[in-house]
Amino acid sequence: MDLVSLSSTLLFIAFIAYLLATILFGGAVKSSSSTNDNSKSYDRWGKAAITVTIIGFISNLSYFITRWIAAGHAPVSNLYEFTTAFGMMVVAAFILIYFIYKTPALGLFALPIAVLIISYASMFPREISPLIPALKSYWLTVHVITAALGESILAISAVAGFIYLLKNIDQTKKTKERFWIEAVMYTILLVVGFVVSTTTFTIADYKAEYTYVGKEEIEETMVYTMPALFGMNESVAVAENTFEPLVEMPPIVNAKKLTTVVWSIIFGTAIYILLRLILRKRLSLVLQPLVKKSNSQLMDEIGYRAVLIGFPVFTLGALIFAMIWAHEAWSRFWGWDPKEVWALITFLFYAVFLHLRLTKGWEGKKSAWFALLGFIIIMFNLIAVNLIIAGLHSYA
Amino acid sequence: MDKIVCTCGNINPAGTELCESCGRPLNQNISDKQVVDMRYEGSARRSQTYKTTIIDKIWNFFSSVKVGMWIIGIILIAAAIGTILPQVFYVPATNEADIAAYYERIYGNFGIIYYELGLSDLYSSWWFQGLVGMLGISLVIASLDRVIPLYKSLKKQKTKRHISFLMRQRVYGTGEVEEPIANIDQAEEKLKTMRYKVKREGNAILAEKGRFSRWGPYVNHLGLILFLFGVMLRALPGFYVDETLWLREGERLYIPETDGYFLESKQFIYETYSKEESEEVFGDAIERVGSIAKNYQSDVALYKGPEDAVAGNTEELSFVKEASIQVNKPLKFDNFSVFQMDFRLDELAKMTFQLQDKETQESFGEFTIDLADPQSEYPLVNGYKVEILEYYASFTEFVDGIPQSESPIPNNPAFLIKMYSPEYPNGETSFVMIKNTIEPLGENQHKLAFQSVETRDVSGLTVRKDLTLPLLGIGGIIFMIGVAQGSYWNHRRIWIQLLEDGQVVIAAHTNKNWLSVKKDIDEVSKVAHLPQYEDQQDKEAKKEKEEGV
Repeated sequence: MDLVSLSSTLLFIAFIAYLLATILFGGAVKSSSSTNDNSKSYDRWGKAAITVTIIGFISNLSYFITRWIAAGHAPVSNLYEFTTAFGMMVVAAFILIYFIYKTPALGLFALPIAVLIISYASMFPREISPLIPALKSYWLTVHVITAALGESILAISAVAGFIYLLKNIDQTKKTKERFWIEAVMYTILLVVGFVVSTTTFTIADYKAEYTYVGKEEIEETMVYTMPALFGMNESVAVAENTFEPLVEMPPIVNAKKLTTVVWSIIFGTAIYILLRLILRKRLSLVLQPLVKKSNSQLMDEIGYRAVLIGFPVFTLGALIFAMIWAHEAWSRFWGWDPKEVWALITFLFYAVFLHLRLTKGWEGKKSAWFALLGFIIIMFNLIAVNLIIAGLHSYA
Repeated sequence: MDKIVCTCGNINPAGTELCESCGRPLNQNISDKQVVDMRYEGSARRSQTYKTTIIDKIWNFFSSVKVGMWIIGIILIAAAIGTILPQVFYVPATNEADIAAYYERIYGNFGIIYYELGLSDLYSSWWFQGLVGMLGISLVIASLDRVIPLYKSLKKQKTKRHISFLMRQRVYGTGEVEEPIANIDQAEEKLKTMRYKVKREGNAILAEKGRFSRWGPYVNHLGLILFLFGVMLRALPGFYVDETLWLREGERLYIPETDGYFLESKQFIYETYSKEESEEVFGDAIERVGSIAKNYQSDVALYKGPEDAVAGNTEELSFVKEASIQVNKPLKFDNFSVFQMDFRLDELAKMTFQLQDKETQESFGEFTIDLADPQSEYPLVNGYKVEILEYYASFTEFVDGIPQSESPIPNNPAFLIKMYSPEYPNGETSFVMIKNTIEPLGENQHKLAFQSVETRDVSGLTVRKDLTLPLLGIGGIIFMIGVAQGSYWNHRRIWIQLLEDGQVVIAAHTNKNWLSVKKDIDEVSKVAHLPQYEDQQDKEAKKEKEEGV
């Protein structure tokens, strides 16, 4: 077996291990809530869970190293590689925090997030690509890995915030909070919808080619891998019997991406409705028993601590190292490229978070919502800025 | 305003809330609180004390964290709006009319609004830069307002604090224990082994750890201030150079803004990855994308002339060094760097023509036009001669019979010429373009037949000098030190006292991570009998403790 396929296998093993560890953390949470004879079985479940997590992480790290050797550069050079590395580091950050605070509930939520991130990554082209001139620098390794590590530690803060909110939001009253926490659940399912729809159409090997007139008024062709809900400007199918787009879009809109988004929403919403019909409860209410015994103050402190640990790492990687490299590669340390701007926005956002917490005493729910919002900004920078807003960082 | 004299005898500056020395609350508002605000140790901040003059009001405005957060919030939202459409500097147009047209053509009505509101050049707008300036002022004033009194207060604190201070701490407990003095001794020993700095005054202990983390915020603000100051310096002349240099192969040009440096391009290299060289690993990627760039490189030679040498005067140049400028590998000399930023491949350099009889195609000689330096006359043998009347480097169209050229770059060269021959001593006029000839003054006997062309590559280089970089670097380093200092260390204090009525009091304060300081107290309680404490802000933990979870 060559190095590249060995690398893929290792990632798959890690993926399975994380799923298994999630179930084991579920067991740990369950047994900690049963009142009698709890501590022993709680210990057993917890130990098994963290062991499996660490095995998965080692396998994940081996994926990273073998791919690095095969490619000859750190595997963080396109959307697939970066997002996978981000998923891996979320697990690393979780393991770090777990050894400080020993909370299984955190694993129960952090690992599925990592699994989802890695699944999301796998929807993008996975082949190893050689480096374009701009990326040929050791700063690629230093900048991207530090930035991803910082973001992943900040992500743990969001997980802690999510647990805090699940526990503390009163599900019996119709409130804004109750609505928004359910909206978070729904958003997560949209990502699942993206993964499921992409996988479905890939397995079905769906392909349809259209010609269209682009925004520079030049005729181009585009291959859809999902049934075209939206057509490009003046789109014409190349082959006969091709599914005709339902709606044609103006040239400024990338209808292929829009189609992907809408299919993700359709699948995600279908999954959400299905779950609601089966469970007959709001999804956040379904999860609530799992966090019932988590200590709120502990979760609050983890959320804050993770920001304190992650913020300096993020600043170093995503701003300072980024500026040094930008000066070497693009002749200026700052150029208001969208990715740069969103890294600055992330920085400013967490700066506000820290100030409000330190001086205005924003703790508990406010702090938890802030942590969740921070994670949304990070994901926006990862997903939307790469896929929607064109800029120097669009490597996908 | 008057100084405040505390019961303990310490003289505190006006506006102090908790006595710097013993910690007694100094006004009614504070003594009404169950838990006091310890962020600035109840010290006298200028902004909380003086509120009358206009200077006070400005000071108080900028020292407010709330105002600072609003400024950051507005900057944050503005920055986000600036990413909706590309900013002007990423738009392939140079003059205002073209830029406006670009936004309209690509983004329609939304594009027009975006452009008209100035959002397309948001980051250099006066209001955005004003906001950043306000943030800078806020950083300075808010830091000064807090750090000085905080420093004084922490320096003056006494080991023995008044009970009214201790009972208003978030972690607080009191009770009677057997052999209190022995237990305090044990606690003192234990705290020392836990790397606390322990001070003792009679039967009172103050154990303190990581006080320097309290300075973290001010250190990182100082770093940010230096950074912003460095950015401002760029506006001063001499600190910052940003020039573009298009350099053709074989050309030697003055490097703008330098002291007589010249750069010569030996060759430009453009390489892509070949499928053969790494079929196994990269094959799939190359297959899918088509072609992937591997290298952009300008091989250059650097020359230095006398200080007063400027463009055109290329004599007396001394060779400095050869270099290969690649992306990520700029050429560096003095305080300048030259970066590989762009390129144009195969620009027309020389065109060779033959003067021919149109019918017989008999040749009367060949000549080559150097497009960078076209001559006005090209004499041929036997009385034949070609005169170049006009040269249009980038011919587009005729407007009212006049040929138009859109740029001096030879994208589509055209010539208005006269061909002299023994038959036509006054010359025949012809307009010669690539693959086409127009005879504006009637049928000619002769023509220019295009023979061959030479091309060359052009390197797009950026010339940069930035003397602010060291300051930005220092600012960045100081910021990181400050952030690490404030984030990775905590300031913890534990007070243990035996009161005169025989009660033992324990209280603790930390600037963050309350669970950790409570763990520390629990550690101490294992060896020394201390009263039970409670977290006066965490009702849930108390409840859970009672329920026995």
